[in-house]
Amino acid sequence: MTDTVIAITLLWIFVFIYAVAASIDFGAGFWSMIYISRPQTEVTNIANRYLSPSWEVTNVFIVLIVVALVSFFPGATYTLGTVLLLPGSLVLLLLMFRSAFMVFSHSLEGFRKLLSIVSGITGLFIPALIIAVLPISQGGFIQTVNGAERLLMRKLFASPSTYTYIAFALGSTLFLSSLLLADYSKVSEKSAAYSIYRKGALAAGPISLLSAILILVAMKFSSPWLYTNLIRHSAWLIASIAAFTVGYITLLIGKPRLSVVSAIVQYLLASYAYGASHMPYIVYPTVTIQSGFTHPETFRALFASYIVGFLILAPGFIYFWRMFMKDRRYLKQQ
Amino acid sequence: MDDVLLARALFGTTMGFHIIFATLGVGIPLMILAAEVLYQRTKDTDYSIMAKRWTKAIAILLGVAIPSGTIAGVQLSLLWPGFMEVVGKVIALPFQIEIFAFLLEALFMSIYVYAYDRLSSSMRILSVSLVALGAVASAVLITNVHAFEGTPTGFRIENGDVVAVDPWAAFFNPGFYVTAGHVALTAYMTGAFAIASIAAFKMIRHRLQQKQFALHQKALLLSLAIGGIFSLASAVNGHGNAQFLHRHQPEKLAAAEGLFVTQSHAPLAIGGIVDRENKQVKYAIELPGALSFLAGNRFDEVVRGLNEFPEENWPPLFIHLLFDSMVGVGILLILLSIIGFSWNKILKREGFPRWMMWGFIASGPLAMLGIEFGWIFACTGRQPWVLYHIMKTADSATKSGNLGILFTLFFGMYVFFAVVTGLVMYFYFRRHPLSSELEQDNLSI
Ligand code: HDD
Ligand code: HEM
Ligand code: HEM
Repeated sequence: MTDTVIAITLLWIFVFIYAVAASIDFGAGFWSMIYISRPQTEVTNIANRYLSPSWEVTNVFIVLIVVALVSFFPGATYTLGTVLLLPGSLVLLLLMFRSAFMVFSHSLEGFRKLLSIVSGITGLFIPALIIAVLPISQGGFIQTVNGAERLLMRKLFASPSTYTYIAFALGSTLFLSSLLLADYSKVSEKSAAYSIYRKGALAAGPISLLSAILILVAMKFSSPWLYTNLIRHSAWLIASIAAFTVGYITLLIGKPRLSVVSAIVQYLLASYAYGASHMPYIVYPTVTIQSGFTHPETFRALFASYIVGFLILAPGFIYFWRMFMKDRRYLKQQ
Repeated sequence: MDDVLLARALFGTTMGFHIIFATLGVGIPLMILAAEVLYQRTKDTDYSIMAKRWTKAIAILLGVAIPSGTIAGVQLSLLWPGFMEVVGKVIALPFQIEIFAFLLEALFMSIYVYAYDRLSSSMRILSVSLVALGAVASAVLITNVHAFEGTPTGFRIENGDVVAVDPWAAFFNPGFYVTAGHVALTAYMTGAFAIASIAAFKMIRHRLQQKQFALHQKALLLSLAIGGIFSLASAVNGHGNAQFLHRHQPEKLAAAEGLFVTQSHAPLAIGGIVDRENKQVKYAIELPGALSFLAGNRFDEVVRGLNEFPEENWPPLFIHLLFDSMVGVGILLILLSIIGFSWNKILKREGFPRWMMWGFIASGPLAMLGIEFGWIFACTGRQPWVLYHIMKTADSATKSGNLGILFTLFFGMYVFFAVVTGLVMYFYFRRHPLSSELEQDNLSI
């Protein structure tokens, strides 16, 4: 593997981890809001018990992605930073409301409902906006005026393919979060919450699958280059659908842990296919992984620091996992 | 306003907002650690109650510190794409390592807060130490990038391309130690004085409830001790910062002191207004020779004046006021903590006179003002450069427009969250008063 391929692979891994973790995070905030008036089901409790310790860690991955992009592909930063000014700032504004209000809602009993509603709803807008990076990166929405690149916002939000992505983001957020929380409630032995989350996952799963298929259909017209490449990777896509089916069946028969694993495999396969088809472009057709790549010396130093950093932090992650995902004293508290 | 000015205003506002929460996020964990350690050593439950209440405060503040920091990080790329291109190629390491510091802090903060009852006392101390370590490491590392902007090292620009990159030379740029040291020390002093303010305020309010008064007085003395030590250290180290400017960014020091003519035995101008037309400082108190001594530890040190530099490269001259205010805050707080601490521990007087209490109450906001002044001084004093003598701020700014509306939106949002965070703190601690925790404690013993 060349340095550029290692770098884009690492970036892809971070994006994948964030995509899954953030879907669960934002989705959990949404479920916590929806069931806030029905405390007896414990749906809200379960969501908050997951969110409270984990949201900070999830948030670090946004920063990690931005830093990895800037440090591995500074050339791409220039273009992306310029064109994403408006949508990026909008995401930042929403993120501020979402995170702060979520934290405040645990501190101000009197305003809990209002604060949860704001954070639950802003939390759904965030993935819907972030995913717009994908159609932007596929080309057609950037225009160069007097040497400066500009995003064609109108065109972006008039394009049906953008909405297929948004539908996919929302579907996946609800699907992944309810699936994980179904498993979490089962481990915590909260049967009412479990059955609600299970129903949520059973409903959202097909929506996410359907919107993924719509993405492909719309892509055929909006980004034929990517569509052709994806069809070349269709084995991965079929395997992904198979993983979805396995996950759906295991959920139906009441094995949420298996179902979570299958869903992660499903997304892994699909996003590999997408990522591989997108190569070598970061932003089509101007920025490629080669044209945007960082200085090789910097890359080597960064790579070393990733290895050392994650090795040092590994015990911390393991301890964290044991404290919040497995410890029955935490899970079963009322 | 033109786009570059708007971009500067927007980024400066974001940083000015983030730094409030970030500084407390560095300073208060140290106070929590101190309280936890004191609790283990003295078994005085007052310290354990302090640790818990400060932790709750930090948990609320982090709800703003983290998203505002995320905004800062992303905005760097959105507003200064030209600058970040160089950062990515040369000084990416501190950003990268900072991620690990964030993760360390986030993991152990959650463990400390949400697993508190399941931790042994040594695990508690370890967790809160790792939180404090993560916080100060992230401050040191981000400051490293700021130091690099002042003393860019480890690369060359040839025909617009970045060449001859040495990432470790960039990391250990000449400004790193002294700048990062100053930021860490001042964050510790500010965290301590923030606690001192609240403790002093509560002492006035609860003069008659003995137990509460006693707890707040312990908190006050602890924070005066820690604040005093760190404000002394910040001043000593700040002296190092000034000498560093003398060697590496002479026009910044000249502007900070309103010095126009290069000279030995240069005077230190305290206060006053720097007059660009007549090239002098009006209404200032002048200490003859003091600036030379400050810059080089000797009165005949030659200090370079602004006249040596082309006027279009001068920093804005109002930074003189910012610099003096920062130093003023430092000296005031050193005096205040020494007087307060000796009053109680050496003179062994009961209680504090009222004027001193109001001094303590003002100390936290004053320290925070010092932080704001210092940063605006450091960043504005670097103008017109984003990378000193290499890249102009104007050349690195985004060209995408629409900045007016974004500035308005972000500005409004920061005002909103400043107010709301204050209200959340107020209502939370009013609903969970200290008196109820002290009672609980009585029952459980
Ligand atoms: C409570 C806050 C506080 C206090 C009391 C002081 N400082 Fe400070 N100072 C800062 C907070 C600060 C800061 C906000 O942390 C800065 C901004 C950038 C930096 O590196 O630290 C800073 C920067 C800064 C710089 C500029 C460094 C640069 O641009 O690279 C100098 C020369 C000093 N300080 C000097 C001093 C001196 C001589 C002080 C004497 C008491 C002092 N500071 C007290
Ligand atoms: C946290 C405290 C900080 C505050 C309050 C602060 C404040 C400011 C202000 C007011 C400006 C606008 C300057 C002007 O145009 O007059 C600015 C610009 C800037 N600062 Fe800072 N800053 C802080 C920390 C940092 C750090 C740690 C970095 C490095 C990563 C940094 C990098 C920049 C950059 C790149 C600019 C824009 C380019 C420029 O104007 O030179 N700042 N900051
Ligand atoms: C010297 C001034 C600064 C100090 C002392 C400081 C310190 C802190 C602290 C203590 C936190 C909370 C950390 C956590 O809980 O994870 C934080 C968050 C953050 N800061 Fe700053 N910061 C400074 C300037 C900056 C600048 C200039 C940037 C942008 C480049 C930045 C980016 C961030 C980010 C991205 C976060 C959120 C991290 C997360 O997701 O957990 N900070 N900062």
